[in-house]
Amino acid sequence: MSKVLVIGSGPIMIGQAAEFDYSGTQGCLALKEEGHEVILVNNNPATIMTDYDVADKVYCEPLTVKSLEKIIAVERPDSLLAGLGGQTALNLAVELEKEEVLKKYDLTLLGTGISSIMQGEDRELFRALMNDLDQPVPESEVITTIEQARAFAAEVGYPIISRPAYTLGGRGGGIVHKEEDLEELIATGLKASPIHQVIVEKSIAGFKEIEYEIMRDHKGTCISVCNMENFDPVGVHTGDSIVVAPSQSLTDDDYQMLRSASLKIVSALEVIGGCNVQLALDPVSKQYYVIEVNPRVSRSSALASKATGYPIAKMAAKIALGYTLDELENPLTGYTYASFEPALDYVVVKFPRWPFDKFPQADRSLGTKMRATGEVMAIDRTMEGAFQKAIQSLDTKVPEVTNHWYHLHQPTDLRFFAIYDLLKKGTAVEKIHAETQIDPLFLQVISHLVETEQALETEGLSQPLLHQAKVYGFLDDHIAELAGCTTADVEQARKNYDIQRSFKLVDTCAAEFEAATNYVYSTFAGLNEIEPLSGDGKKALILGSGPIRIGQGVEFDYSAVKAIESLQKQGWTTIMINNNPETVSTDYETADRLYFEPIQKEIIASIVEHENIDLVFPQFGGQTAINLAEDLEKAGIPLAGVRADVLDALEDRDKFYAALKKLDIPHVAGTTCHSKKEALQAADSYTFPLLCRPSYVIGGQGMVIVQDKQELEGALAESDERHYPIVLDSLLQGAEVEVDLVSDGQTVYLPDIIEHIEPGGVHSGDSMAVFPSTLGDALKQKIYTYSEKIAAEFTYSGLMNIQFLIQKDDVYVLEVNPRASRTVPIVSKVADIPMVDWAVRILIDDPAFSLSRQPAPVFQETAVKYPLFSSYAMTDLDHKLGPNMKSTGEGMCLGTTVEEALAKVFAHLPDLYDVKEACLVDLEGKHVPEASDLPFEEWITKEDAAIYVNDQSNEEAEKRRITAVKNGLTVMSEASTFEAYLKGLACKDPVPVPLPQQSHEGVKSL
Amino acid sequence: MESYLHLQDGRTFKGKASSTLQEPMQGEVVFFTGMTGYQEVLTDPSYKDQIVVFTYPLIGNYGINDADEESREIQVSGVVMYQCTQQPSHFQSTQSLGAYLEGQQVPYLTGVDTREVTKAIRAHGTQQAAMSHQDHHDFSKPSEQQIFAVQGEAVETYGEGDLHVGLIDFGWKKSILQSLLKRHVKVSVIPFTQVEEVHTVKPDALILSNGPGDPKDALPKIDQIKAVLDEYPSFGICMGHQVIALAYGADTEKLPFGHRGANHPVKDAVTGKVFLTSQNHNYVVKKESLSHTPLTERFSNVNDRSIEGLMHHSGQLMSAQFHPEAHPGPHDAEWLFDDFIGLVSSKGVKEHV
Repeated sequence: MSKVLVIGSGPIMIGQAAEFDYSGTQGCLALKEEGHEVILVNNNPATIMTDYDVADKVYCEPLTVKSLEKIIAVERPDSLLAGLGGQTALNLAVELEKEEVLKKYDLTLLGTGISSIMQGEDRELFRALMNDLDQPVPESEVITTIEQARAFAAEVGYPIISRPAYTLGGRGGGIVHKEEDLEELIATGLKASPIHQVIVEKSIAGFKEIEYEIMRDHKGTCISVCNMENFDPVGVHTGDSIVVAPSQSLTDDDYQMLRSASLKIVSALEVIGGCNVQLALDPVSKQYYVIEVNPRVSRSSALASKATGYPIAKMAAKIALGYTLDELENPLTGYTYASFEPALDYVVVKFPRWPFDKFPQADRSLGTKMRATGEVMAIDRTMEGAFQKAIQSLDTKVPEVTNHWYHLHQPTDLRFFAIYDLLKKGTAVEKIHAETQIDPLFLQVISHLVETEQALETEGLSQPLLHQAKVYGFLDDHIAELAGCTTADVEQARKNYDIQRSFKLVDTCAAEFEAATNYVYSTFAGLNEIEPLSGDGKKALILGSGPIRIGQGVEFDYSAVKAIESLQKQGWTTIMINNNPETVSTDYETADRLYFEPIQKEIIASIVEHENIDLVFPQFGGQTAINLAEDLEKAGIPLAGVRADVLDALEDRDKFYAALKKLDIPHVAGTTCHSKKEALQAADSYTFPLLCRPSYVIGGQGMVIVQDKQELEGALAESDERHYPIVLDSLLQGAEVEVDLVSDGQTVYLPDIIEHIEPGGVHSGDSMAVFPSTLGDALKQKIYTYSEKIAAEFTYSGLMNIQFLIQKDDVYVLEVNPRASRTVPIVSKVADIPMVDWAVRILIDDPAFSLSRQPAPVFQETAVKYPLFSSYAMTDLDHKLGPNMKSTGEGMCLGTTVEEALAKVFAHLPDLYDVKEACLVDLEGKHVPEASDLPFEEWITKEDAAIYVNDQSNEEAEKRRITAVKNGLTVMSEASTFEAYLKGLACKDPVPVPLPQQSHEGVKSL
Repeated sequence: MESYLHLQDGRTFKGKASSTLQEPMQGEVVFFTGMTGYQEVLTDPSYKDQIVVFTYPLIGNYGINDADEESREIQVSGVVMYQCTQQPSHFQSTQSLGAYLEGQQVPYLTGVDTREVTKAIRAHGTQQAAMSHQDHHDFSKPSEQQIFAVQGEAVETYGEGDLHVGLIDFGWKKSILQSLLKRHVKVSVIPFTQVEEVHTVKPDALILSNGPGDPKDALPKIDQIKAVLDEYPSFGICMGHQVIALAYGADTEKLPFGHRGANHPVKDAVTGKVFLTSQNHNYVVKKESLSHTPLTERFSNVNDRSIEGLMHHSGQLMSAQFHPEAHPGPHDAEWLFDDFIGLVSSKGVKEHV
């Protein structure tokens, strides 16, 4: 047995999301299965991998060479596995090698070697390799001046692509369409590159974009797990592209030509593990180009794993340990081997989830820089069905599009919907193809959906039409809306015609071999082959939270997976429904059965009926699942711990404030307004600023602070009907805190209070926070008492999150979330309390469990949680903190003191006291002598410029913050954030500490 | 019009028939799990008279082109699909799959749950099936001896080159010829019933082609075949491989439901590497029957451990159960042609196993 150090990918950011929790978890479990001790470093506390079920020791420490070396010195691992932690881990492995840390501590790098990684990642080395292998790459040149770029463009013609060297996720790059744009983009690119180098490349926009997921072992066996075809031709980042698997428009000859090229490249790179190869194919010839390779598991490999059932990360980890593919069993069949290529007998569609619903004013264009925060996947036996299911999984309202051709031409995130509209208006497929280069095969799929829609509007519900609509993925309520009848009418018609949802298996082999998998999808195209799971115990359906988006991240996957583990331990049969291919919850080995489906009432009801489910669990799937509770309850589906009347009493501000009044708990003054008119009237009775909050939203979407009536009018103009009632609250100045508690209806278990660093008015998801809190006993007691009263009033069972505002000695309740929250994994891990497990045991009435008998938590360390803003992907957005959440992920560091934890949080930033130009401070009424004295315009050009602090609300401040973001700097928009940074500087040499472990022997799940 | 696919074991599946289905059409039913390559499958003579079920639900997306035919006409007798794409999209496409099938009077069914059909075939083995408008079918005696129907009529010679290969024809695929022409080899195709012509053609080496059905259908000519094998360095592909085994005293047997598709892993005993192969066969060489022959196993199937290729102890003969010429399927085994040409060039003195 040996000790393996695994590096995770850190906080969720655009370009690096939950897929690395999935791959990391699979990898760690594979290492443990082989008897190795796993030491994990990952500062993302919301992940499943940072749990003691997955790793033997977990460090939530900064992902820097300095911090890793400290951990290596303490732990003295034998080997390092970096191929499962995304670009972050891969880059760290390269740096550890360069700084000779691997050598110093005699660490073996498992899997693909450093030279292969560099050959794959370094554009010049890669280009040279492609030339050696006779593999075509687009013409390109490395340039260091704008003049060189201009000369290159003149030679190959516009458009050209700018790719700054050594940057992540296409940062600072883009497409130059005409000479006028060249100067600005190349200048930005040169600046973004740490070595002031840009690769300019001939654009092959419009080519088909095809990806292959390749596995290779040390003996040289090399297979292609899956190929994928992008709906969007080359020009849109693959993370922002709609993707179909397997490829649809390639002949066998095309397919094999590209497959052979991929295998040849991966073999030459001597990859050991997984590798992704991206290629471009001319739609009118056999000419292809190699775009790039990623010699590691990736977002695409997570997608390929879920699309085929082949567990790439798990196999990659085992291959890294020295196994060969033909020694490893295919776990889906149990008797064939990993050295084969899955055959699909269904179609998979991946659809990106963008954050533009939160930032409608942001630049929505798509290009070489990824903008999506997450994605959904759908499986069906027709492309039409799979596309519809993907859109249903997005959990957003289908956006209304104006200026259609702009979205086609640009393109933007609305392109698909704009095409849909245009086809509906009768625009010819050829015309859309000419504008977008999207393959006519895909456009016809949309066309078929449009035709079915129109038939439903005019023809009435005949058997063939209804059957067709269901095969094409239309939901009953949508059909009813189109046909002008009620959903009940559609359901009745389906019953009469016997059009029922079938369930089919994902088995990797298109039924060639018998497979005993638990991986299921629904379809109307074919017969049912799935028998309900048998077993003595009761059956639970756990609702997932869908795609990762701002406000609803990987933390809800953590809760869902923990709930599954707890239920299984109690003898329940667990069934998961979710549609996010990046997650652990959609690993078919997590629950007893996985339904990879849109989280929609109709589908949930079908599964409940088919499986004869005893209890449905919406509490662990974030707001997505909670929002369905009312409909599910109405349909007579038994829900665990969630009652529609309670949800209503908490969400409806009038009822909520009435309840608080009855309990004698102070709350902020506020009014519920059902119309714009009411809101404007209500505003007159308050003093501004006011907090304007729409209902049923995630992550404070649409929530704004308004300073005067004019701003209020502006805010109301942007909200739509489904956001009413809108609540107007007076904005109190004070500190914000929140609690996560477990309640059994009488007793409440509240581990401690999470104390925000930024003041009230900043969304809790964007605040830094200290846990456990530093509050005095009197305040603490008040918060405990209020929490207990609220839980008892609603005889609430399960997890609850309450947010409070503190003003001197007074405590006000801000809001109550009757579900697992973003902070549940943090509280669980730092307090070492299995919150989800306890909640589950209460919800299923486990007689062996008594909440009141659980011991109080013992805190060994203090944690600081911090937000991560993917500002590099949203450079036109002012990142001033406010009630609308902007961060895409969160990190956490532990310390024996708050200062030590803060020092770790800010470890990537320079020390203001050492570096004169590190920091520029524009704070109202505050002068920081150590900060730079330069004027902003001059300071921003300085090499050392790193932190820009500005808390002001005016146009100039906004402009400066945006400029700072564009230049890749850290922006702080609250004085308290800056103070926290200063506080952290007091600790000069932080010591790594692992997460606390196993103080509750026998209670923790698994 | 609602029609049926009847399996001999009694199961029936509903579907929609093409206008080319009139009288009930009976044939051996097999399934193909590859996600691309339908045109190659339909025109591969090894599928002669079979009803092919495609497990991938969307067939016909890229249409039919002039480049990817494996023989001059459609060889299968019927096709079963879930969806036959009406409007294909590919720059090489000249017509839709439906039009192609109809043009050659080949009946097909759509709207069939091909996954369920596949499971039925898997459960009860390869069997006869019938496509019909009637909800019942009385099965007649299956047609057999397809190799006599697919072989050519006379010797035909293609290409130019220093090396001259005789391709013994049991129903050869165009890709075998092209794999050789690409390597500047002159090829003479010799119908297996006229194998004695080898002595007239006097090639440098022989390749025994693929072909449909039972290799024992070739037994009447087996002595003559052995005579030329003893004399020429030879390479057997698929049926050619089975015929080589029969010629040297080994035996063949029928697999429960055959190997068909583009994802069959094969392990090479020499290199230890596994590669993916294209396969299409019902019969296989019996392992235990090799013991008293001059043949040894070089390639084996990773999934079911069946024999995937042989070497003769003389080093002059090699064979593969799979299709190194691919089309459809992966090109991973193409190197076997290079190996064989190398072997012929060095007069077969190299020891390979």
